Amino acid sequence: MDMLASLGDGFAIALTWQNLGLALLGCFLGTIMGALPGLGPSNGVAILIPLAFTLGLGATPSLILLTSVYYGAMYGGRISSILLNIPGDEPAMMTCLDGYPMAQKGRAGQALSLSGIASFVGAFLATWGLILLAPQLVKIALLFGPAEYFALFALAFATLGGVSSTNQAKSAFAAMLGLGLAMIGVDTQTGVPRLTFGEVHLYDGLDFLVAIVGLFALSEVFIFLERRHGSAEAEAREVRVGRLTPSWSMLKNCTPTMLRTSLLGFIAGVLPGAGASLGSFISYSMEKRLVDRDGTFGTGDPRGVAAPEAGNNAAAGGALVPMLALGVPGSGTTAVLLAVLLSLNITPGPLLFANNPDVVWGLIAALFIANFMLLAMNIPMVGLFTRVLMVPPRILMPVVAMVSFVGIYGISGSSFDLLVMIAFGVAGWVLRKLDVPLVPVILGTLLGNTMENNLRRAVTIDNGNWWTLFDSPLAIALWSIAAIGFILPLFLSRVVKRGMHERRDEEGAVQD
Amino acid sequence: MSDRIFGAFGVLLALGYAWATLQIEESFLSDAVGPKAFPLIIAGILGLSSLAIFLRPDEEPKWPALGRLAEIAAAVVVMILYAQFLPVAGFVIATAVAAAYLTWRLGTAPLAAVLTGVLTSVGIYVVFHLVLGLSLARGPLGF
Repeated sequence: MDMLASLGDGFAIALTWQNLGLALLGCFLGTIMGALPGLGPSNGVAILIPLAFTLGLGATPSLILLTSVYYGAMYGGRISSILLNIPGDEPAMMTCLDGYPMAQKGRAGQALSLSGIASFVGAFLATWGLILLAPQLVKIALLFGPAEYFALFALAFATLGGVSSTNQAKSAFAAMLGLGLAMIGVDTQTGVPRLTFGEVHLYDGLDFLVAIVGLFALSEVFIFLERRHGSAEAEAREVRVGRLTPSWSMLKNCTPTMLRTSLLGFIAGVLPGAGASLGSFISYSMEKRLVDRDGTFGTGDPRGVAAPEAGNNAAAGGALVPMLALGVPGSGTTAVLLAVLLSLNITPGPLLFANNPDVVWGLIAALFIANFMLLAMNIPMVGLFTRVLMVPPRILMPVVAMVSFVGIYGISGSSFDLLVMIAFGVAGWVLRKLDVPLVPVILGTLLGNTMENNLRRAVTIDNGNWWTLFDSPLAIALWSIAAIGFILPLFLSRVVKRGMHERRDEEGAVQD
Repeated sequence: MSDRIFGAFGVLLALGYAWATLQIEESFLSDAVGPKAFPLIIAGILGLSSLAIFLRPDEEPKWPALGRLAEIAAAVVVMILYAQFLPVAGFVIATAVAAAYLTWRLGTAPLAAVLTGVLTSVGIYVVFHLVLGLSLARGPLGF
């Protein structure tokens, strides 16, 4: 019962007044960010990173704050899906299908509380999954040498576009763009400057936080400017919540659905390149096929509300597994969380569990605590969050832009970084217009240097023999999965893609 | 058409990247791989994927009308000016102006926009500087 002892230690770390306060703050902010269309989990976490730094928080407290935001955003996304038929963030898009019809029938309150409970079930089970699965993955990861790590990174990039991207060439482009940007700066092994064009500011390399905030948060501002979409949808429509408690029979009816979709969502989250949007999509489709005998899905069936919510919250927890155990995130928000860890000088991966058990277990304990807080916050206080939907984007978006500037300036105090961030914002806008996914760009800038170091280490150890990369069975297995993961979606996923793209939210928060 | 231009641009980018990589001066102390190999691989894949985008373009995205594009360009200019004048004018003034501009362009009435801008700026100043102690740019007036 090693595991429970570690978890106990984790609770000892998480249960301080400061950490509880941070979790509460994170849950609250996260729910708001999730609920507001235009702010999703990834840009929500991104603009809060600088805040965590300037508060001078240590590793565990910052992670607690930001993962609470992450979990909270997953909860919050459903609120505007149900009330307005506009997903608050991408993973919540499937919740519109049955949530909004329920609201139209005057059962908005029930839909909100039921989905809150489903979110809780999904996230709670996924956190247990994280505890059980991550240490096993760590055992495998300890067998990895530099060649295997290089293959693992290649696998992450190859599968990242995965089933949800429209065009594999574009995901490959995005990944290479990110890796290419990471190369800028002084080469860590030989000390020569690379691709800096003599610009002294670039010798240190591009700060990936600048890239993340620019790509995720500023590009959103440009999207809103383009559409001149400044007024809140909530103004036009009357938001009536109605009775808040779901009946027991409804809960009983939904329990098998929640359990099944939690498992499915968790698996979708663990797999690279899937993330919460796909988790909720698969969960909904499977439940529809499995239990929808009378054709009630899509017309306000409670099970259709419970399925995607349990699915996307479970996927959010599942996505933390590869990020913590391997150091390779599978989704946008976990990539942002990886950026936090790297900036705090903590390298995730198998050694994290051995060297910094306090960070890992403190985080896991905090996830449990945050989950209970969110359940408590989301059922009785849901009225408060529906008020937040009234804030029009014409006021919200300038605030987002300014907070982004403040955060980046607060870290570096340099105008040059602000200019770089604006450039990333514009690039992010163009790439989004062209349907190029942004997550591989972020992941590339984050992992580029580690990936190169592993390549060079592997080849140098073997005296310059490049075939060493394909030398061990483990490496070959990883390369094969990478190849399959890249090629298979070209043929297989037309159906999934079409389904997801029909539901794609127009105002679009970026992917989870 | 957009994807063709994008693909062509990508190929040029890859070529430029490869060229810039070859300009790296290698140090006499180098490992077996050297600082050029990995960037060259990146340039190669970048070029191939751009070529694929060029040859098999997706459907045309919905580009905004010229007026909207000008809107975005103007916002970019305002942000650049903001970045430049931030250390000169100080945080509160620069932010109030930039936020007022953005909210005005998103559809707030002019007078309300000025008010929103000032409130945004002061709000951020209070929360981030006075409460959280983040160091913001100091202007000639001390804030």
